[in-house]
Amino acid sequence: MKKILVVVLLMFFAVACKGKSSSLEQRVSGGADNEIAYGDAVVEGTIGEPTILIPMLASDSASHNVSGLIFNGLVKYDTDLSVIGDLAESWDISKDGLVITFHLRKGVKWADGVEFSADDVMFGYKTIIDEKTPSAYKEDFLQVKKAEVLDKYTFRVTYEKPFAPALTTWGSLIILPKHLLEGKDITKTEFARNPIGLGPYKLSKWVPDQELILESYKDYFEGRPYIDRYIYKRIPDPATMFLMLRTGEIDTMGLTPLQFTKQTETDYFRKNFNKYRYPAFQYTHMAFNLKHPFFKDKRVRQAIAHAIDKSELVDVVLFGLGSPATGPYVPNTWPYNPDVKKYEYNLEKARQLLKEAGWEYANGDGLLHKDGRPFKFTILTNTGNKLRENTATIIQWRLAKIGIKVEIRKLEWSTFVNQFIDKKRFEAVILGWSISLDPDQYDIWHSSKTREKELNFISFSNPEVDELLEKGRRTFDIEGRKKAYFRIQEILAEEVPYIFLYVPDATPIVSARIKGIKPSPIGISYNLPKWYVPKKLQRNTLEP
Amino acid sequence: MLKYLVKRLFEMIPTLLGITIISFFIIHLAPGKPTDVFSELNPKITPEARERLEKYYGLDKPVIVQYGLWLKRVVQFDFGESFSTDRRPVMQKIWDKKQPVTERKLFITFMLNLFEMVIIFLVAIPIGIFSATHRDSLYDRIATVSVFIGFAIPSFWLALLLMMLFGVYLDWLPVSGLKSMNYDSLSLGPKLLDRLRHLILPVFVASFGGLAGLSRYMRSSMLEVIRQDYVTVARAKGLPEKIVIYRHAFRNALLPLITLLGLSVPGLIGGSVIFENIFGIPGMGQLFYNGVMGRDYPLIMGILTIGAILTLIGNLLADIGYMLADPRIRAK
Repeated sequence: MKKILVVVLLMFFAVACKGKSSSLEQRVSGGADNEIAYGDAVVEGTIGEPTILIPMLASDSASHNVSGLIFNGLVKYDTDLSVIGDLAESWDISKDGLVITFHLRKGVKWADGVEFSADDVMFGYKTIIDEKTPSAYKEDFLQVKKAEVLDKYTFRVTYEKPFAPALTTWGSLIILPKHLLEGKDITKTEFARNPIGLGPYKLSKWVPDQELILESYKDYFEGRPYIDRYIYKRIPDPATMFLMLRTGEIDTMGLTPLQFTKQTETDYFRKNFNKYRYPAFQYTHMAFNLKHPFFKDKRVRQAIAHAIDKSELVDVVLFGLGSPATGPYVPNTWPYNPDVKKYEYNLEKARQLLKEAGWEYANGDGLLHKDGRPFKFTILTNTGNKLRENTATIIQWRLAKIGIKVEIRKLEWSTFVNQFIDKKRFEAVILGWSISLDPDQYDIWHSSKTREKELNFISFSNPEVDELLEKGRRTFDIEGRKKAYFRIQEILAEEVPYIFLYVPDATPIVSARIKGIKPSPIGISYNLPKWYVPKKLQRNTLEP
Repeated sequence: MLKYLVKRLFEMIPTLLGITIISFFIIHLAPGKPTDVFSELNPKITPEARERLEKYYGLDKPVIVQYGLWLKRVVQFDFGESFSTDRRPVMQKIWDKKQPVTERKLFITFMLNLFEMVIIFLVAIPIGIFSATHRDSLYDRIATVSVFIGFAIPSFWLALLLMMLFGVYLDWLPVSGLKSMNYDSLSLGPKLLDRLRHLILPVFVASFGGLAGLSRYMRSSMLEVIRQDYVTVARAKGLPEKIVIYRHAFRNALLPLITLLGLSVPGLIGGSVIFENIFGIPGMGQLFYNGVMGRDYPLIMGILTIGAILTLIGNLLADIGYMLADPRIRAK
């Protein structure tokens, strides 16, 4: 017993005086030679484990991250968000935008040596539209009227109506090896957990819930990746993961705002790691139920927008690691309109607008009243998202200043969505959207998408926005699309169906021995095959 | 005896059936569906697609029919396929035949709990006896306070502090996981050592929290026995105190522990989520938790059923143990 007490005391001591630096064997010598070299292994800490490595069946980000290294698509996004060829060398789009003809790269080989051809694309397409394939990404491909293999290296699709996001759907979701999967039930096959791909890495070993080891594919068509092995280590607890980063057991992970701004601001981390920061493709917002009598009036929504200080939310909730949002797009991407109406923090304006809308202080309880009803409403959000909870709390405090009483209620995700969102039983919610790289947001804003289970759950309806959304997805010319989406953002800013709160930053950290990382608007991992560790810094040698 | 056993075994069947029925319906009462994870608030899912998915998982049928289908499979010892996107059989998730035994979930949790239980028994029983024989002494008080500290300290907090001390500052032990990166290249001896090094912290933290219950149980049971007439007789005979305590009192004081042992049988396969998360142990706790969050009905039912069976067997074993150990009960 006494021993245990001694240990406990020791712990406090160790924590208090910060101890010596770890024994991490960082063989950094003064003039480290930075020549590109093959070898070494990079270990990434991950909270979630992939479930399935067939991209079209996967629904979680862990599965997509891993399968993204194993499979390639016909096209991909360049760092400036334009679409460039991947397995397709080039493509032609017919004048009316209905026919896309892909010209495939020649001589690309699947990891088992068989050559990749247009038949594989056709097979993937047929699989995803198959009734029996439970894929969440079917809809984009059901728009295709006709698909044909013209020859071994030419694949053509014809659409019913012009569909601007069409080109980008031919990414890595649909390329599957026909010679291995034909005639098999894709949901039952071994392939799902032991795939053969044609991407930069191939699966070498997978111990469920522990680690997943990828090995570089030496004959990768863009050249052999420099890093020999890429290892995902599953560590379900974020605090543990951070400790493992500290001991050098993992090389890279995503940091929380606290870890980014405080815990990694030490000499040790500055010397041994590089941190990166770029806007994530998502935003957090507060959405109003536009059917609710309080929020039918545009002036009320504008008043609330004036009463919320977005930069305060960024500073307090995100420790400054983000930017205030002004619309449903990420700043510095082409659809983003920087010149929309902004609602600066101004309580006077907020009070004024509420007064115009008929809300007055009455009976001395400090709350606004209208028609005898006090201005009280509930913000719903889901449990398990600390950032959203903190955001709600700050908004609650801010709105109290203009005489609005806010309750906060947190609900488990399924309950939240099924019982409240779908049934439109809410007043306001705090939620976030991940944004796809294509600006089409028809499902979120179009007035036809307000039925149960559809995404315009706030019942937003604006004829001009409907028309522009339609136009945006039927126009191929980027300038034309830009015009439509710019105008949509202006209307959204004026109407305030959502209060767009903030765009958080993604904040990964990577061991400093890994070179060749070039941050871009789409993150850092897009050029992973080109990352390398100079020979002298290599740590994890290949084991038999 | 045999007749009694057969009777008890038959009685277990309706109990088990009842447990599964209640579990099955309660799980389905919770709002949400397994398909929610990827179909809710997903722009790419249409109502038709949602219906197709529900049909695919057999969720379009009434719950009672779903239970019937489930039961039909279970009597053939088949727990069905998991509803998560990988669609692996539930049994494979629990006991993956393709992995070495030491990597299978059930084995990992079982070994860890077994270590923990053995250590708890080895440490808690002497503490309890000593506390009882030195009742209200300084030692008794220290022991009591210590085990309650262990009981009261949140395990995740203690775990993190120990990880910082031994993993980061002293660098003696690995922070988490079950094996090192280079595990596969090691020979048998170092492999075992590597495993042991990874087990020290989790087993310590788990047992430290479990000492209180058992040692207090042992203490009160011992105190009760010491007051019995036969102990007084033994003392009056002039036997040395050691023999009185360890031969006469101790064995009788152990009887209630049989019940505790029986009750801890199902605990051997259940893992704690928080604990497993912190130490990165891929065990049953995480599996079950993820199953619940994803509304993975077959997986939840599979683990619950195995747990229920073990509970019933544990109870039976405890009763049998009692009969073997205590002549008074055997006579009845």
